[in-house]
Amino acid sequence: MIAEEPPAETAEHAARLAIRKTYKLFIGGAFPRSESGRSYPVRSASGDFMANAALASRKDARDAVRAARSAFAKWSGATAYNRGQILYRIAEMLEGRRAQFIDEVAAASGDGVSAASEVDAAIDRWVWYAGWSDKIAQVHGAANPVAGPYFNLSTPEPTGVVAIVAPAESSLLGLVSVVAPAIVPGNTVVVVASEERPLPAVTLTEVLATSDLPGGVVNLLTGRVAEIAPWLASHMDVDALDLAGVRDAGLATDLEIAAAENLKRVLRPVPASSDWAADPDVQRMLTFMEMKTAWHPKGI
Amino acid sequence: MTATVASNLSEVARSDAALRAFLHGLPGVDQVGADQRAAMLGTRSIKTTAKAWALDLAIRMVDLTTLEGADTPGKVRALCAKALRPDPADPSCPSVAAVCVYPAMVPAAAPLLAGRAHLASVATAFPAGQVPLSVKLADVESAVRDGADEIDMVINRGAFLSGRYLEVFEEIRAVKQACGDAHLKVILETGELATYDNVRRASWLAMIAGADFIKTSTGKVAPAATPPVTLVMLEAVRDFRAATGRQVGVKPAGGIRTAKDAIKYLVLVNETAGADWLHPDWFRFGASSLLNDLLMQRTRMSTGRYSGPNYVTLD
Repeated sequence: MIAEEPPAETAEHAARLAIRKTYKLFIGGAFPRSESGRSYPVRSASGDFMANAALASRKDARDAVRAARSAFAKWSGATAYNRGQILYRIAEMLEGRRAQFIDEVAAASGDGVSAASEVDAAIDRWVWYAGWSDKIAQVHGAANPVAGPYFNLSTPEPTGVVAIVAPAESSLLGLVSVVAPAIVPGNTVVVVASEERPLPAVTLTEVLATSDLPGGVVNLLTGRVAEIAPWLASHMDVDALDLAGVRDAGLATDLEIAAAENLKRVLRPVPASSDWAADPDVQRMLTFMEMKTAWHPKGI
Repeated sequence: MTATVASNLSEVARSDAALRAFLHGLPGVDQVGADQRAAMLGTRSIKTTAKAWALDLAIRMVDLTTLEGADTPGKVRALCAKALRPDPADPSCPSVAAVCVYPAMVPAAAPLLAGRAHLASVATAFPAGQVPLSVKLADVESAVRDGADEIDMVINRGAFLSGRYLEVFEEIRAVKQACGDAHLKVILETGELATYDNVRRASWLAMIAGADFIKTSTGKVAPAATPPVTLVMLEAVRDFRAATGRQVGVKPAGGIRTAKDAIKYLVLVNETAGADWLHPDWFRFGASSLLNDLLMQRTRMSTGRYSGPNYVTLD
């Protein structure tokens, strides 16, 4: 993998050397390079070189799962109110970097007009999910009528560590639409960013790192889906798999087979034609929650 | 140095002054050099079949340890079962070398192990060792009587650090005598010895006094085992065998939690003391959580997928 040099400076900027950003992984709240030392060039929609992103290996995936597992107890044990506050905070931080995100999304998609509305929709989506944090259990939990002197209560609880392949086309809105519903209930995630458009995802992790989100709740890998995803799908310490961004039907089938080994919850790929801007529903949250039903004697 | 040592070794403990002269006459340890060499050996890449071999060897070298105030006979029995059959799903997985417990737990463990694994007991008022010698010896004798065939003693660090070497020497001697046939491991508690020079001196002191093993730490003091300290001790056992012909084992204990760390130690053993020490009779890991990581790595090697903590026991 040979790192490419960016194009020569244009005349008006020549006076000052460019300070270029290094796009790294996000694991356990830190920003490491890939342990493999590899990187790959990321190009804009028009084919121009933009940056070198880290090319994550299976060992980065392993480290990310370990970080996600160790963050799970604290994040799932936080109160729903507290998780909601942190998600609101993420939206606030995103708002502050709105212009930067619009630039990066526009460069990735080549569509400067819709970039602003995509970023706005992504911010609004964090807020929407943040609001669900302390409501999902009361709306979807239940006090069940049973034929006996018992209270019978069902409450949804987080599944555990969720591995996500982020949507390939929608670099920010699509990513937010799969990560937010997974972490709202208290899951921790390892997400593989869009292979072709990873830069907005890396910038999003800088927002996450400064929003009081505990390290390890969200871990981001950039690189080849076909290389990393099989290790996540077969990992015995991953509890659920979201294949939203997998484009290769054969690979999706293989991943689902590997996931069956420890009975992972699996969400199948989302068709490329689907519109991430459409209003979300609660289904993505509920998929990554397990219903716990408790019986308790009544009266006496 | 070797020749001088061989001729003098029986003589060095004749007086405190002679012992001090001998120990302070040992060559000093180059601290930066030891740190760098240990770090460099830690970068070796051990893969595939070599890794599988190293994992199995490391499992066979584990002294599966529980040294908590909250230990119960039930917990010790569970640990013994795990020691004999670490991976119940895989009969090809070897047993560990020994189970290491407090003296009060020896009666619970002895009938379960029944010679299929060694039973080590810490004694001599572990971990501080701050009791009179008579109490230490009674501690050792009761552990041996109850069925321990290895005794892990702590040296008197207070005496060592204030230079009363003969006192330390004679204490080890007395404990060795009390052990009878049981193997004696001498814990230097390197975290309290301050310098590598002291580690080298304490290693020689213990070996001259009759230790069968020298062990880094109790696990109750930080830092516990580190690669450079283990390197210094491995050099000491190598030089001691060259001088006297007697081979002494080494046991790093405390702070070794991952299979990766364990393999780094094996590299250190092979490159420092030599392949003769790559055997459970001559090198041990004092550890508890290490075994689970070794088992997870072993499963990863045999199944091709990463395992998780849900698939090993909680100890």
